[in-house]
Amino acid sequence: MAFLKNFSLFLILLVIFNTQCGAVKIEKKDDYTFKKSSTDTGSTTNTSGDGHEPAAIQTLPIVTWKWHHVETPYLVALWILTCWLCKLVCELNHKITSVIPESGVLIILGFVLGGIVWGADKAQTFKLVPVNFFYYLLPQIILDASYCMPNKLFFSNLGAILVHAVIATCWNAASVGIALWGCYEGGAMGNLDIGPLQFLLFGALLSAVDPVAVIAVFEEVHVNEVLYILVFGESLLNDGVTVVLYNVFDAFVSLGGPKINAAEIIKGIISFFVVAFGGSFLGVVFAVITSMLTRITYKVQVIEAGFIIVIGYLSYLTAEMLSLSAILSITFMGVCCQKYINANMDEKSVTTLRYTLKVMANGSETMIFIFLGVSAIDKNIWVWNTGFILLTILFIIVFRFMGCFFLNWLLNMTRLIPISFTDQLVMSYGGLRGAVAYGLAALLDEKKIPEKNLMLGTTLIIVYFTVVLQGITMKPLVQWLNVKRSTKSDLTLNGKANNRVFEHVVTAMEDICGRMGDNWWTRNWNYFEKNYVCWLLMKKDARKINDKILGAFHTLNMEDARNYVIENEATGSLGFIRNYDAANVDFKEKLAFDYQDIMPNIMADMSDYDFNIENVPVTSIIRNPIPSVSMDIHEQDMRNINGELTAHHILDQNLYQSRMHNRPAYSRSNYNTTQNPEEVQEIFQRTMRNRLESFKAAKRGVSPANKKISKHSKKDSAMKTNGKPVDPNRTHPFGDEDFEFSADSASSSEAAANFPGRRSGAGIDNPAFIHEMETSSPMRNTPQTQTGNSRLPWTSTDLKRLAPPRMTDRSTDSVMMADAPVNEKAPEKHEDKPGSHNTRL
Amino acid sequence: MRCFDVTRRSVPASLMKLYKSVILNKQIHQPPMLIEHKHTHAVNILQLFTISTAHIIRLHDRFKELDTERRGYLCPQDFGAIKGLAINPIGDRIIGAFFSPGRETVDFYTFVKILAHFRPADNIRPKESSSPEPINSRTNKLKFVFQMYDLDKDGKISRIDLLKALRGMLEMQVTEEQLDSIVDRTIQEADLDGDDAISFEEFRKSLEKVNIDHKMSIRFLR
Repeated sequence: MAFLKNFSLFLILLVIFNTQCGAVKIEKKDDYTFKKSSTDTGSTTNTSGDGHEPAAIQTLPIVTWKWHHVETPYLVALWILTCWLCKLVCELNHKITSVIPESGVLIILGFVLGGIVWGADKAQTFKLVPVNFFYYLLPQIILDASYCMPNKLFFSNLGAILVHAVIATCWNAASVGIALWGCYEGGAMGNLDIGPLQFLLFGALLSAVDPVAVIAVFEEVHVNEVLYILVFGESLLNDGVTVVLYNVFDAFVSLGGPKINAAEIIKGIISFFVVAFGGSFLGVVFAVITSMLTRITYKVQVIEAGFIIVIGYLSYLTAEMLSLSAILSITFMGVCCQKYINANMDEKSVTTLRYTLKVMANGSETMIFIFLGVSAIDKNIWVWNTGFILLTILFIIVFRFMGCFFLNWLLNMTRLIPISFTDQLVMSYGGLRGAVAYGLAALLDEKKIPEKNLMLGTTLIIVYFTVVLQGITMKPLVQWLNVKRSTKSDLTLNGKANNRVFEHVVTAMEDICGRMGDNWWTRNWNYFEKNYVCWLLMKKDARKINDKILGAFHTLNMEDARNYVIENEATGSLGFIRNYDAANVDFKEKLAFDYQDIMPNIMADMSDYDFNIENVPVTSIIRNPIPSVSMDIHEQDMRNINGELTAHHILDQNLYQSRMHNRPAYSRSNYNTTQNPEEVQEIFQRTMRNRLESFKAAKRGVSPANKKISKHSKKDSAMKTNGKPVDPNRTHPFGDEDFEFSADSASSSEAAANFPGRRSGAGIDNPAFIHEMETSSPMRNTPQTQTGNSRLPWTSTDLKRLAPPRMTDRSTDSVMMADAPVNEKAPEKHEDKPGSHNTRL
Repeated sequence: MRCFDVTRRSVPASLMKLYKSVILNKQIHQPPMLIEHKHTHAVNILQLFTISTAHIIRLHDRFKELDTERRGYLCPQDFGAIKGLAINPIGDRIIGAFFSPGRETVDFYTFVKILAHFRPADNIRPKESSSPEPINSRTNKLKFVFQMYDLDKDGKISRIDLLKALRGMLEMQVTEEQLDSIVDRTIQEADLDGDDAISFEEFRKSLEKVNIDHKMSIRFLR
């Protein structure tokens, strides 16, 4: 706490320093505004600075005080520092942020800062200027959100998101505007100089829903992914639509009431669609440019990540220049290019890009909220009109609920998974207004709208009301509506193990169901994407680099099968005893644990055994740093295993993670790593080995009966022809041949197989939408780019390929089991399968 | 599956019609057994599992999709082709759960029946208590998990069963000694009658506090 006190003291000092600097400035320029002051203000300071340059100097100064040279950047930097320190302060105490959302705390801190500035200057020297907000603060937030967007979820719910973002926004704008105007005509707000068009404009700017606060709450209470993406996607696209709508109404206001006729209204509607879709299209164009550029940027790897940011920003500015929707442009740019740039760029660059975007987005988000607070301390903007303010609050909430429920009702008629009532409630309640509304309100032209300050003040109040009050009540509401969701009862070993079993079972069932469904559109898009889009936008080696692991396994499996046949012939016995570990380097990396060191950790962690995402980093931290085995430590560990605690610990640390934990992919403040690639690899290895073994076991069981020399020679030759592509692969497992090999095998079995891997995975591994893409987990990415490698030993085609050609005449050899009529050999194989679990012990 | 005793009157005619159009008109894909008992199955699928027709259609599409050779039934290798299962540590056990002992095929009915375990529980409780327990009840879900462990089908999770299951789910770096100790403790924890094995009753007791419906439901089948 003492630390906290020191900090606040330091903060106040900083702010006072800031304000004094500002005071210096205020003498020169009256309504001077802060923040990355646009170039013209920079030039004015320069010209004023020029004033003392010609003054003749008497003697050579050793150092001089050059405040005016650095004034603007210095102030900007200081304010940024102040804002970030504020964030630090409010993160220091988790008790506050667990009740009030962080954005609310920041706004309140902004009040304090604004008060200090006011106290020092007697005027609000600093406030959020729309130009700075729209050009310097907003783009990176949107770029970050769209780049980290869970792509697959987004596109599979695109319809619902668009309906909410476009229709609901228009509905909100129109209904709020008209209702307010009606009340005004009814005399509810006294005498104001506002016409119906101005009310509509006001309604339009109030329809922007802010993603930040809602997402922050959703992250804490794990809401289901559909609700998550609906709110997230809606609020992201809705910002763009709001700006478009605002511009249309603004144009109407400028035109003036009398001149508006049917033609103008139609023009307005056309303009709305042209601006919105033009912006989106521009974003896609920029996404293509970016993706193609990243095909070659590996030559300047250091600045690779910078390209994305700069081009993203350019897409924003270009759209602005063409008076298209800039927000939609940068949104679609980020969403569309993420898959390709992630594949093209080096992994390091991807990480850099992600971190950079997070830093920038969080930084500007913090500043926005602080300045929303600071801006409030300004008596100029406060024109109080109780009726107006209260009615506005009432209407935005009521109409949001009405629009949401009506649209969801419509959507539920067609949706396979209806949006549940609670989800709808949370969605409606999540309509928090944020900085975009304020920015647009500040952008209003006082000449056209005489009551600008009333509108600005009301907007601010609505922002505070929704962000702080609704933000605070949001979490309890979500928790209250989802009472059944939270279960934290896996404190027993059984509970722990079973919880993981539940997760694995459910994930598997989802895989079997083909989770996201699979329809004509996705299938065709997949095909098109794989064959043309990837070819255009991805590096050649990026297309195959992801297949390393699967390729290696394929090689191993093929090798095993080959060796099996050879061995079989050489010895005549079909007992297949092989030491697999010789082939698998990764497997031999057994890690040692020093339990003594970890104990305190476990004690601390005992309280929350809920397998949260938060637990993952701990796991990886503990697991990673000891890559080699030290026998002594190992021995000691053995002796230490006698406590309940250790058993718990092992279960906690070493149970395989389920995919379940990796769902909500966009996180505001950090990007979470998904399933550990090595882990996936390990599971995959084991599964494949089991299957191969059960396959062999089945073979061992039957083959001696029909062992004939003639068959062997045929088998051998067959294996040579079929297994030919393996050889280059084996010698250079990761070389260029890898690609050729899999392409070869894919084409060779294409006719027969009809891409089984692709078809079966279409629901899961839909390449365009796969959001796990961003997680750089090779296993998740691997299968979709190539079909050849994704064929597992269990697929019939694979076995077919292993089997000699003559088998097609339904011989009794059990290699044919996969193809043969099931009732013949099948039961035997089935019984072997459980037995194979023995072997992995 | 014939043991489910359901009255037919409550099935709306439209659903029957839809059922017929979806499933029965594609008889090529159905084993003859299903056609013989079509009424029972229509009732069963639509009412007992209470899966909506839209879901049945979708599941049927998926079924056909998995059935790469258009045989009308699924074999283990059809499941094996699902990539998600290959990286699922208990993927093969789950596949095994689809196949009743001695059978090597899964028809659409059984496919739906297994998946119906994972439908979230209905909020509306059945009025008459005499109606059979729905397939997505807590007990049935637990039974499904129980059989994931109980591979030798003796109605108990023996030490060996648990050892195998955990070995599959734990990383390779866990040593045999560690595993042994975990298994011992786990069994001790749940074993109430001291037979060094976990019966289903004990299994259910050990998971009493867990919200099974929440953990063992797929949104898809709502």
